Amino acid sequence: MTARLTDKLVAQREVFGDTLIELIDRDDRVYVLDGDLANSTKADKVSRARPAHFLEMGIAEQNMMGVAAGMATCGLIPWLSSFACFLVNRDLDQLRVVVAQPNLNVKLGGGYTGLLTGKTGKTHQDVSDIAIMRAIPNMTVIAPADAVETRQAMFAATYHEGPVYVRLTRDPHPVIFGQDYQFAIGKAVVARQGRDVTIMAMGVQTVRALEAAELLDAEGISAHILHVPTLKPLDVEAVVEAAGRTGRVLTAEDHTVIGGLGGAVAEALAEHRPTPLRRLGIRDCFGESAPNEDLLEKYGLTPGHMAEAARSLCRS
Amino acid sequence: MTPHNVSAERLRELQRLAIQLRRLVVESVHHAGAGHLGGPMSAAEMLTALYFEVMKIDPARPRDPDRDRFILSKGHSSIGLYAVLALRGYFPVEELKTFDAIDSRLQGHPDMSVLPGLDMSTGSLGQGLSPGIGMALAARLRGKSYHTWVMIGDGDSQEGQIWEGAFVAERYGLDNLTAILDWNGLQQYGWATEAGYGVLARRPAQENPAAKWQAFGWATIEIDGHDLSQVLDACARAKAIKGRPTLIIARTVKGKGISYMENDFNWHSKPVTDEDLRVAREELAAQEAAL
Repeated sequence: MTARLTDKLVAQREVFGDTLIELIDRDDRVYVLDGDLANSTKADKVSRARPAHFLEMGIAEQNMMGVAAGMATCGLIPWLSSFACFLVNRDLDQLRVVVAQPNLNVKLGGGYTGLLTGKTGKTHQDVSDIAIMRAIPNMTVIAPADAVETRQAMFAATYHEGPVYVRLTRDPHPVIFGQDYQFAIGKAVVARQGRDVTIMAMGVQTVRALEAAELLDAEGISAHILHVPTLKPLDVEAVVEAAGRTGRVLTAEDHTVIGGLGGAVAEALAEHRPTPLRRLGIRDCFGESAPNEDLLEKYGLTPGHMAEAARSLCRS
Repeated sequence: MTPHNVSAERLRELQRLAIQLRRLVVESVHHAGAGHLGGPMSAAEMLTALYFEVMKIDPARPRDPDRDRFILSKGHSSIGLYAVLALRGYFPVEELKTFDAIDSRLQGHPDMSVLPGLDMSTGSLGQGLSPGIGMALAARLRGKSYHTWVMIGDGDSQEGQIWEGAFVAERYGLDNLTAILDWNGLQQYGWATEAGYGVLARRPAQENPAAKWQAFGWATIEIDGHDLSQVLDACARAKAIKGRPTLIIARTVKGKGISYMENDFNWHSKPVTDEDLRVAREELAAQEAAL
């Protein structure tokens, strides 16, 4: 078992800010470009600790994306700091034409993904980012689960040749990976061994899947959990293997079920190993502003929802 | 007094190159059966001046980290850029025949991932200035002395991103960045005058660019973009202005040099017939003979 729930709570955005400083200290080609949200994304840590490597770009994401592309052609490694809702959507054509098409070394830190965005509502919640990023050639797409994996994913992204999107969340979540954990782009990991049903999860939903597995344990249902941090390229081999392990698959994501993890897994299994599948995520709708617990409950993203879906899969 | 030190003889040579560039553009579009013409024609003298006189470049070392950079924000004028790159020796002039063909390095819009010598991929309008800002910033951050040149169009400048870039370039006082506005007045279809859409006349794609860019904090220099001496002067002056970026506002004629193309928005992009080609060659030959 490579993952376990702990009492240590860390927000991915804090790791984002700290890791940027670590990266700059290791490699002076790394620069941070901010779309005037640094004190939310925590890139503000860089602005104070390593000001020469912090470039404010103002509230102008289209230009920011282009500036990053230009810097990348000169051998620098720009990391963009903004909310995913803007970084993915506002400058999508810029990403497509001057970053993805020439396959330039630009790294996107997409903050505040999913529904838990500090009561800012549907304009600021990005529930389609994975679907959009996956569809763009040359993009690598990562949704880390916890603090340990976020830091490692940022290192891997920095030294990956080409554009990378790293999906980040705002609020603290339990750390689930130990210091011996090793993230690799394109590799899914078995977070928990089980026999009856396979839960494939990405991002913080993997943390909730571990909680769901405990609920299911109490009922005598053994859940196998495959954590899929890289949405593209998908680890098809691991997905097929994990599906074969139990013959039932539940996908779990804080993202629309269209084109995200559920979509990616459905595509892979349909081609390689048709398996009964349920996709748990946001059901083709936008969110709203509300307290976190209420959002998770209303939009069906709690461990309880996962356990219920797994239970019904086992009955069918 | 002129800031540039180019002899009268060299000026004539550059004028001849601009005519050659126009001929290669018409021939390539004729051969490909499609392509943009008006924009490359209005930019011909500026492309020639940059690639043959102004920029520190070496066609044998297109990825030299210390080279000057050029971005064609009005990427649909690609064939003009390809023609000047070929004339300058980046690739054989013969390769222009592959323009728009399958597997060609000369894509309809500039693709830096296939053609060495292109400093940025462009084609979706409004996007060229921002990467230029990134290159100019990179020069400053890494202590390099190269200069970054971006050619923008007046239709191109209707995109909001150009103005985001104008704002940010001023914030960083990027005097190692010069934009050149190819102010030819026309765009693909354009804005009607009071006479409506039944006539060729159009309201200019941009009005009062000097006032707009000065309000954004840029230095501006206004010239006749077909006068090579003025183009060279403006480039030298732009590089000498410190503390802020400069925009060279080049008054030009869309379709310049080919009588039937000039000031006709329909020649923004159009196939060239055999007869069109014959007339164009004749007119260009006459211009060359008159030098």
